[in-house]
Amino acid sequence: MTKPQDIHRHGGQPEDAARMVPAPEVEFWFVQEVLPLEAALMRYLRSSYRNPEEVADLRQDIYAQLISAAHKQIPSPTKPFVFAVAHNVLIDRVRRDRVVAMDTISDMEKLGLAADVAAPDRVVIARDELRRLREAIERLPARARETVLMARIQGLSQREIATRLNLDETTVSRHLKKGMQLLTDILYGTSPGGDEVP
Amino acid sequence: MTAERNVTSAETIGDQAAEWVLKQEAKTWTAQDQVELSVWLSQSDRHPAAYWRLKAGWSRAQRLAALAPMRPECAAKTKSTRRFLHLAAVASIAALAIGAIAYNSLSQTRQFATAMGQRASLMLSDGTQIELNTNSAIVAKITPWHRIVELEHGEAFFNVHHDAARPFAVLADGHRITDLGTQFSVRESADGLKVTLVEGRARLETVDPALQHHVTDLVPGDVAAVTANAMSVRKIPANALSDRLAWRSGKLVFDHATLAEAAAEFNRYNATKIVIAPEIANLQINGTFGAGSVGPFTRTVQFAFSLSAELRDHQIVIFRKKS
Repeated sequence: MTKPQDIHRHGGQPEDAARMVPAPEVEFWFVQEVLPLEAALMRYLRSSYRNPEEVADLRQDIYAQLISAAHKQIPSPTKPFVFAVAHNVLIDRVRRDRVVAMDTISDMEKLGLAADVAAPDRVVIARDELRRLREAIERLPARARETVLMARIQGLSQREIATRLNLDETTVSRHLKKGMQLLTDILYGTSPGGDEVP
Repeated sequence: MTAERNVTSAETIGDQAAEWVLKQEAKTWTAQDQVELSVWLSQSDRHPAAYWRLKAGWSRAQRLAALAPMRPECAAKTKSTRRFLHLAAVASIAALAIGAIAYNSLSQTRQFATAMGQRASLMLSDGTQIELNTNSAIVAKITPWHRIVELEHGEAFFNVHHDAARPFAVLADGHRITDLGTQFSVRESADGLKVTLVEGRARLETVDPALQHHVTDLVPGDVAAVTANAMSVRKIPANALSDRLAWRSGKLVFDHATLAEAAAEFNRYNATKIVIAPEIANLQINGTFGAGSVGPFTRTVQFAFSLSAELRDHQIVIFRKKS
């Protein structure tokens, strides 16, 4: 049997030696501190980068770098660090695509200013949480909404949902995955009550 | 570690991450799946970036379940969904107040410690049972996303309440033991770290970069011994396993233990220390003793090996009288 650690070594991207902070702590920080900044980050990315198809990729790139850094030491305070990394990733990206160069970052000055965009309140007040969820759910495509509600409210398995809706499991899984991603985009990536659907 | 720029890759990773989140909450989730997930997560930092994010979003959506008692069947009918949600909104404030309290009390950091000679058993908010041996301390961080217990010193036995969505990790002496549905015990001492697996599976991994990196998956009966630069795993038979865990009922069980080892064991539990003279340190004994029974132990040893014992400076010194 191939030992998981062997795969790990060969896959080898994250250097173990630099990983001082264990993954659960990094995850905790990421979920508690970084994700609540996502709406502000997305506003910043959309206003600074003219290629909307790449924004999700930029976000993932930024998050990956944040996670890598957090494995060495949890950054504190989080917000300036997140925007500094975002800034660097943007600059790198622009340098690499020299083709689109100056047109992409609409205004270099803006980068500095945009980094200070007020973040939405980090702690979502519990009372608003269900309202947000409700709004988010209503914005999902019909099938995704239906499957998400069945999975989350009724706790049905994919198979049970498939039977009830008379769909095959693969299709249910596709709707659920889509629903999960859109919900997350809305819950973290937009400000309460406003913003375009990503 | 800048990932390659690739638009489809961000999408693919998002899709894979969503797949993992769904798969993990299914009843069919296995220990092998958990291992494969860990491997996937370690391949690129983009993987945890997508996975943690979706898992967090999905668990926020979990709070929709608070609405369940109102209209359990509604979701099956799309047309009624919108109306249902409006109805739900009316009653949501009360439900959320409760939800918020439960949520906060789920995220907690608690410390537990025992003094020398004490034992304690406790249950964490997630249902995990922990038994602390003498002179031990742990810090437990239980959140809706993960469960971490740090063994600061001493020894603890864990009976982990399985929760596929919230891995349980024990951090001890620069190592991490990740539960895959398990009962195990962890002991930290001057000789290094010992992990004894009773049931299920667990992964032991070095996380301190100052140490040589080791990863090993443990199965029942495995005892892993870790020192600053080596890790060894050996299999012990079931009776030896229960001997090792006899401390859970306040007992010490010795099977061909040397007097020095036995004394060291008693000394973990008692303020009155036993000192074994070097010339008799390697005599071997078998037997079961109460962890606090220094007197009976001393007398047994004296009798069995014709030794002498004296109290000097709050220490019991056992030695062989020269004749």
